[in-house]
Amino acid sequence: MPNLSFTAPTTVDEAVRMLAGSAGLAKPLSGGTDLLVQLRSGRMRPEAIVDLKRIPGLIGIREESGEFVIGAATPGVMLSEHEALSHAWPGIVEGADLIGSQQIQGRASLAGNLCNASPAADSVPALIAAHATCVIAGPNGRRTAMVEAIVTGPGRTSLEKGEFVVEFHVPKPKPHQSDAYLRFIPRTEMDIAVVGCAVNVTLDGNGVCADARVVLGAVAPTQIVCGEAAKALIGHRLDEPTMAALDAAAGRACNPITDKRGTIEYRIKVAGVLARRAAKIAFERAGAR
Amino acid sequence: MAKTHVSTVINGEPVEFLCEPQQTLLDVLRDELNLTGSKEGCSSGDCGACTVICDGKIVCSCLMLGAEAEGRSVTTVEGVAQGDHLHPVQQKFLEHAALQCGFCTPGFIVAAKALLDENLNPTEEETRYWLAGNLCRCTGYDKIIRAVLDAAAVMRAEAGR
Repeated sequence: MPNLSFTAPTTVDEAVRMLAGSAGLAKPLSGGTDLLVQLRSGRMRPEAIVDLKRIPGLIGIREESGEFVIGAATPGVMLSEHEALSHAWPGIVEGADLIGSQQIQGRASLAGNLCNASPAADSVPALIAAHATCVIAGPNGRRTAMVEAIVTGPGRTSLEKGEFVVEFHVPKPKPHQSDAYLRFIPRTEMDIAVVGCAVNVTLDGNGVCADARVVLGAVAPTQIVCGEAAKALIGHRLDEPTMAALDAAAGRACNPITDKRGTIEYRIKVAGVLARRAAKIAFERAGAR
Repeated sequence: MAKTHVSTVINGEPVEFLCEPQQTLLDVLRDELNLTGSKEGCSSGDCGACTVICDGKIVCSCLMLGAEAEGRSVTTVEGVAQGDHLHPVQQKFLEHAALQCGFCTPGFIVAAKALLDENLNPTEEETRYWLAGNLCRCTGYDKIIRAVLDAAAVMRAEAGR
């Protein structure tokens, strides 16, 4: 990397100029837990690295107008330590907390996990399930996009040259609404999801599901919003026929590959099982509110 | 390529250095500052041998650029003991023989110190999860966990709790 440059701008506009103005590949840096590995292996050969962490607001969580606003570069430890967010959206915090070790948690961010664009990204399904949006800055100003609009395939995003995620907006839960995220790995820690599943449900006063979002990870080129699985929940209590319908719908939504972590058949089976288990947790949490 | 000038604090002392854009904090510690306690194991954030504390949080120094240390406060294994007085975690690693080849030890010491800075009374499960990002191929981990829990007991006694 003879021509690599490093800059750490302190405003969004300056960062956009640096990212957009680079002739070659320019990469925004937040936690660096993917980028530095890619840099070292030679898989990524950027000309410019633009550290976003000196921009005010890029690290931190604030609550405004009924939403949580999470800075793009906020590390995992700060999400887990944030009591209001952990209480409001335990599934989002669980998903982020599953990424890597305590050391990785000290650096790894939601925007990095999203924009690295792995189908197995653990923090993404629960954000999508909560209808989270992200604010994106770029040469043409700012725009807002749903989180599910960012990843277009493994390692690919819809972000244009010079664009980067500034912050996430997550609406606060309604009464009797909660979420859960589960992933399956063949060990207890430090692994990449074979399947991930987020379930976000809103119950009525009688424990019947009024609204739901089910999002699967690692079973297709991108995260999948599984509308059929949500339909299986809406209008029902979480009894066995509902669970069976959810399980089947989740399995049908999968479009996985066979790799060293699991076969197609295995992933489809596990997606249904995780959907059942995550739904159970989400219903219990929502019912307790 | 122009080097970046960095002013930072390492083990309580103000430090200035010049680094290349792609140099990691680990490269800088070992190659520019001769702080060779932090080890390079995997260079991908899996093994934890390069663990340092940055502004109170443990990070893999192989996954942080040297230039990012500007204005931060970094603690390496060289800053854990107070002069000749070992930190309780270090003392208990010796007493429990919680090391064999020693390569992973600096990372474990730093990570364990950070745990006990936050929580003087961790459970065994909390301790094992906290140290899950540090790999040891010699000890089988059990002696390390015993040493950390014993150090916690010593520190609680010292703190009068």
